[in-house]
Amino acid sequence: MKHLIDSTDLTVEEIDDILDLAIDIINDKDKYSEACKRKKLATLFFEPSTRTRLSFEAAMMELGGNVLGFSSADSSSTAKGESVGDTVRTVGCYADIIAMRHPKEGAPMFSSMVSEVPIINAGDGGHNHPTQTLTDLLTIKREKGRLNNFTIGLCGDLKFGRTVHSLIKALSRYEGIKYVLISPNELKVPDYIITEVFEKNNIDYKEVTTMEEVMGELDIIYMTRVQKERFFNEADYVRLKDTYILDKDKLKLAKDDLSILHPLPRVNEISTTIDDDPRACYFRQALNGKYVRMALILTLLGVTV
Amino acid sequence: MKIESIQNGIVLDHITAGKALTVYHDLKLDKLDCSIGILQNVRSSKMGKKDILKIHQEYDVNLDVLGYIDPNITVSIIKDGQTIEKKKLALPKRLVNVKKCKNPRCITSVEQDIPHIFNLTDEANRVYRCIYCEADK
Repeated sequence: MKHLIDSTDLTVEEIDDILDLAIDIINDKDKYSEACKRKKLATLFFEPSTRTRLSFEAAMMELGGNVLGFSSADSSSTAKGESVGDTVRTVGCYADIIAMRHPKEGAPMFSSMVSEVPIINAGDGGHNHPTQTLTDLLTIKREKGRLNNFTIGLCGDLKFGRTVHSLIKALSRYEGIKYVLISPNELKVPDYIITEVFEKNNIDYKEVTTMEEVMGELDIIYMTRVQKERFFNEADYVRLKDTYILDKDKLKLAKDDLSILHPLPRVNEISTTIDDDPRACYFRQALNGKYVRMALILTLLGVTV
Repeated sequence: MKIESIQNGIVLDHITAGKALTVYHDLKLDKLDCSIGILQNVRSSKMGKKDILKIHQEYDVNLDVLGYIDPNITVSIIKDGQTIEKKKLALPKRLVNVKKCKNPRCITSVEQDIPHIFNLTDEANRVYRCIYCEADK
């Protein structure tokens, strides 16, 4: 049985197949409207989420399937002290596939070791968020027409931002990608990303602290939110949260075909004044999230249409 | 000081001087009901000085724990006063319940029954990574 815990669980071929399937779904939605009839997706969200949970639920509904689950740990048996392993074994009796978000890193990994049904990691603390990565890859593929030979800037919270870690790991397997890491020193990418992804694979990267010095080089900029819940200390959060804001002035320095991505939700790191700029892809990206999750559910359930 | 030679049991030799008690505790040798010799700062031509542990009973030694503590330790199995086998140690590829993950964000920090598992990711630098949260050990 296949699970999706880390974006690198999938081979490049498997990722390409999922993205191709997502594009086929986009082109012919009716064909897939009953593909998961009588199947159930359980969304176990031990931590609040709007976009990810709703996009999973919308994805299953558009496949003709049903959805059950909970949206916070308070409304599950976790509040009574049940272990995550027991919750997963129990829910596996009721659902065909589980999407799980958990504040603790590795909870979906452990769940996959005890589960009778496929587990999808819908975000585990600051660690991994592979379905966001698939969303990002589909967005890049649709916006750029390729997944290789470009320069991508990753901006903001690169230390705790799980979407950034997952995306770097996934993209590292494609050729000719240059990485520009834009963050304050306090929020630089963890050392293991540098040593085990960039240096080990001889990948071209650089770390900078301002957006202005690199805007003109980028084909893609991936903006991230500085997340309050990832800080142990509120004073550090307040000091750093407004450091990197993409606005009209900074966009003047950018290429005409820049693609601006953001996993959302944004706070103020992207000015709303650029939302109508054709280079702003983040709402198209949110829509891609639903389609790629449809493709993933079909793949993990082994459903072919 | 007189140390009896072993008739049946195990000798752990070439332990880094001063580490014998660490090995003793990590292998949980205090649970055994046999005589155990702990020799510290024994003169050694190779190491200058070393520690030795002599366990006077047959014992299924956890080579993963031992290899993780120090892969240079030599393990000799003694039967009827003769060395019948010398085991070579290596850094284990996987550690199960040998060490605990110290990342406060890891699932193992809140769920008591999850086995603590680490995979060896960098042999030269002895880097082990938690399979759940991928934090270094």
